[in-house]
Amino acid sequence: MAELDTSSGGGSKGGKVRSKKVSTRVDLTAMVDLAFLLITFFMLTTTLSKPKAMDVTMPAKDEKTKDQLDVAASRSLTLLLGSDNKLEWYQGEPGKSQPEVIGYGKDDLRKLLVEKGKEIQQSYGKFMIVLIKPSDKAVYKNVVDALDEMNITKVESYAIVDITPQEIELLKRENLYN
Amino acid sequence: MSRAKVKRKSTSIDMTAMCDVAFLLLTFFILTAKPRTEDPVPVDIPASSVEVLLPEDNVLLLTIGQGKVFVSVDGNDVRKQTLIQMGDKYGIKFSQQEQELFSALPIFGVPMKGLKGFLDLDVDQRKEYKQPGIPVDTTANNELSDWILEARKADASLHNKSLRISIKGDNKEEYPTIKKVIGVLQNQKANKFSLITTIREAPKK
Repeated sequence: MAELDTSSGGGSKGGKVRSKKVSTRVDLTAMVDLAFLLITFFMLTTTLSKPKAMDVTMPAKDEKTKDQLDVAASRSLTLLLGSDNKLEWYQGEPGKSQPEVIGYGKDDLRKLLVEKGKEIQQSYGKFMIVLIKPSDKAVYKNVVDALDEMNITKVESYAIVDITPQEIELLKRENLYN
Repeated sequence: MSRAKVKRKSTSIDMTAMCDVAFLLLTFFILTAKPRTEDPVPVDIPASSVEVLLPEDNVLLLTIGQGKVFVSVDGNDVRKQTLIQMGDKYGIKFSQQEQELFSALPIFGVPMKGLKGFLDLDVDQRKEYKQPGIPVDTTANNELSDWILEARKADASLHNKSLRISIKGDNKEEYPTIKKVIGVLQNQKANKFSLITTIREAPKK
């Protein structure tokens, strides 16, 4: 694509040798090539999607005030995160009601949270408290998924709590602890 | 007599505008470029619907993958100060050169005992070296806890801000590792932290 110099006069007519006018135009093709090459390089090396941050607040761990905050058991919903991307939930105190196994999908966990939230709000006049108890067999993704559902369904009060041996037994019974 | 000659047009295009645009974009990308930090272990970040961006600076990032924990702190001055304080605590003297080297490391996961040796490796060897991760014990005195504590102190003294702690964990990471790290944070009364997630591909509401 080299520029053809067409501006030169049509032959020497007058006999007088004129200094030839040099075109001031520079061929920019190579420069553009280089620029785009560098653009491509920088585009590929930069992180395109910025990481998102999900804020989590853990309950303060204080030896003295241990078990100080009693949660009304009737308003609490406990989620036990087990293996195989499954979780178990029960309402109220452990052992009182039969736990149920569900998945993390939007038809499972989200529906449960919305329904239970409404139910508890109606019957007790206060918001629902969700306790997330990840077992040792749960993976990190499960925890994030559960927390995400809390954000989506706007559960007012939730916490990550350590699982008790009694609850591990429940998971084992459903074969969700392997 | 003579046929009308078709005037031959020059095929060259004026590249000036294109060149302008290309360099404008190039400048933009150079200025916004933040080199991607290679994670020492592959980390597949979980997805969520949260759309809050992680702040640019003042972040302490704990990368967790394959049961190992890695620490990265923003800011060369903070890193250097942290290393000096850690050296004091563990009775290891780091030379000026080692301090400079460390302040240029974006991410690391080496126990205190091996840190000097790790810094003495040259660049290629360091890349090849399999970092064992920072030891997280269940005892109160563990190295990760000290690193976080010293980094927070260094940041507070240098920038007078409180460090924002965030956890970047792998999808498949088993919960006990995460629990240990969270336990370390809780012991320091750092009860607020963020989990790093990516945006879910198709947000369904």
